[in-house]
Amino acid sequence: MYPFTFTKAVDESSALAAGRSGARYIAGGTTLVDLMRVTVERPGSVVDINALPYRGVDLDGSALRIGSLVRMADLAADQRVRRQFPVMSEALELSASAQLRNMASIGGNLMQRPRCLYFRDVSANCNRRTPGTGCAATGGLNRNHAILGTSDQCVATHPSDLAVALVALDAVVVTRDPSGDRRIPVADFFRLPGTTPDREHDLRPGELIVAVEVPTGPSTARSGYLKIRDRQSYEFAVTSAAVALDVTGGTVRDAKVAVGGVATVPWRLPAVERALVGRPVSPGLWRDAAARAADGAKPLSDNGFKVELVRRVVERQLATVASLP
Amino acid sequence: MNRRTFVGASITVGGAAAAASALSGCGDDAPRAEQQTTSVAMRINGEDRTVDVDVRTSLLDMLRERVGLTGTKKGCDQGACGACTVLLDGKRVNSCLTLAVMHDGAEVQTIEGVADSGGRAGRLHPLQQAFVDADAFQCGYCTSGQIMSGLGCIDEGHTGSDAEIREWMSGNICRCGAYTNIVTAVATAAKNV
Repeated sequence: MYPFTFTKAVDESSALAAGRSGARYIAGGTTLVDLMRVTVERPGSVVDINALPYRGVDLDGSALRIGSLVRMADLAADQRVRRQFPVMSEALELSASAQLRNMASIGGNLMQRPRCLYFRDVSANCNRRTPGTGCAATGGLNRNHAILGTSDQCVATHPSDLAVALVALDAVVVTRDPSGDRRIPVADFFRLPGTTPDREHDLRPGELIVAVEVPTGPSTARSGYLKIRDRQSYEFAVTSAAVALDVTGGTVRDAKVAVGGVATVPWRLPAVERALVGRPVSPGLWRDAAARAADGAKPLSDNGFKVELVRRVVERQLATVASLP
Repeated sequence: MNRRTFVGASITVGGAAAAASALSGCGDDAPRAEQQTTSVAMRINGEDRTVDVDVRTSLLDMLRERVGLTGTKKGCDQGACGACTVLLDGKRVNSCLTLAVMHDGAEVQTIEGVADSGGRAGRLHPLQQAFVDADAFQCGYCTSGQIMSGLGCIDEGHTGSDAEIREWMSGNICRCGAYTNIVTAVATAAKNV
């Protein structure tokens, strides 16, 4: 690990001042410490923001507001989340391990860097880590990589499960810097790699995530997360699906569907949703809608199986959520 | 300078030279900072300790190299195995993935502090005894982490069934494959704690 200067922010203004002068924010540290140790991350200064007052989980009539420093384990255990947003508590509890969930913050979960082996290996070519050096994954081992949202510059998947649920639920990232607050839909927060894969999100330098807001709706309580992995627990998704449905009188009134493990960013599926909304529930409905889950997919040499897998995962999770009491 | 300090310093110098010449990361290109040392105070296994650490030091390395508590093990050093699990302010965490300097004022419990915490001094904690009774290890390298994680698992109430224990203990890898007996040990201790 390279040397860095370390400070503890006693309040928001000192944190923002440090961020403005280039310090990296650290909360749980589960991503940043790991990547600093393998020298992928080399910040000259680090500021600990754990003393900031972003620890609340508040639910009013229209939205759930989650402080960015709330820990994954605490949010997953919150009874209001479990009852009214089960897709979130399920995505959280299917993430990482109990130890990591005790450490990792919600803001940091959104700021996770890719798990691509070549991104983590500083001797490999990686446009995301070092722009212009090429992408070792495209012609390398890419079974775990993306089929959607890729570019010729980068094919790494986004690792977060929670972010898939948040994209499905139309959540908003609330950020702050000295010029004020911004409200960024999660769907706009993550950037496609395109020609600038090193720019992963919409944050300005020094801007802090203070909260995530999730609107309540008729479908949020009837929701769930399905995660398919290479082992049963403590593993990133090969393919996952977040689904929320409002089925009233035998007709789908609202559908929110997003997938993980297959795309460079948490991936909403509007074509699948359009194929559901307004339709009467029928035996073939879930399969017909899920058939569009891989629209636009560009499989790589080793991950062609994800094209069919993502359709099946979406179909299964639509049927599962529709049958919830 | 003891052997560990010497080896650590040599690796740091060699690594910096190699990186500057051949490798590049995506971190800031800011001028390199100087090494920063600071003092942290923690209550470790009930004892107040003040330790001087380089700010890069993980909680794991501080416990092992600076405090001399080598019962906590370094397996992967990247949060993938759970061998380094300790209780930090009562919650199980991977001590390899957090910086010691972030925990000034914290309370830490390691495997060395478990025996006396379970009842009478000089006796094993019921979970330790259950690991012995159930033969819940072979080589023993992961065992400290398994026991610390098991304490967390029991405290959190995730011991309702063997399947629940397996899921909530999945952050601790055992390459000998002693899982069946580890589940038995945690389930047994959960009834006795």
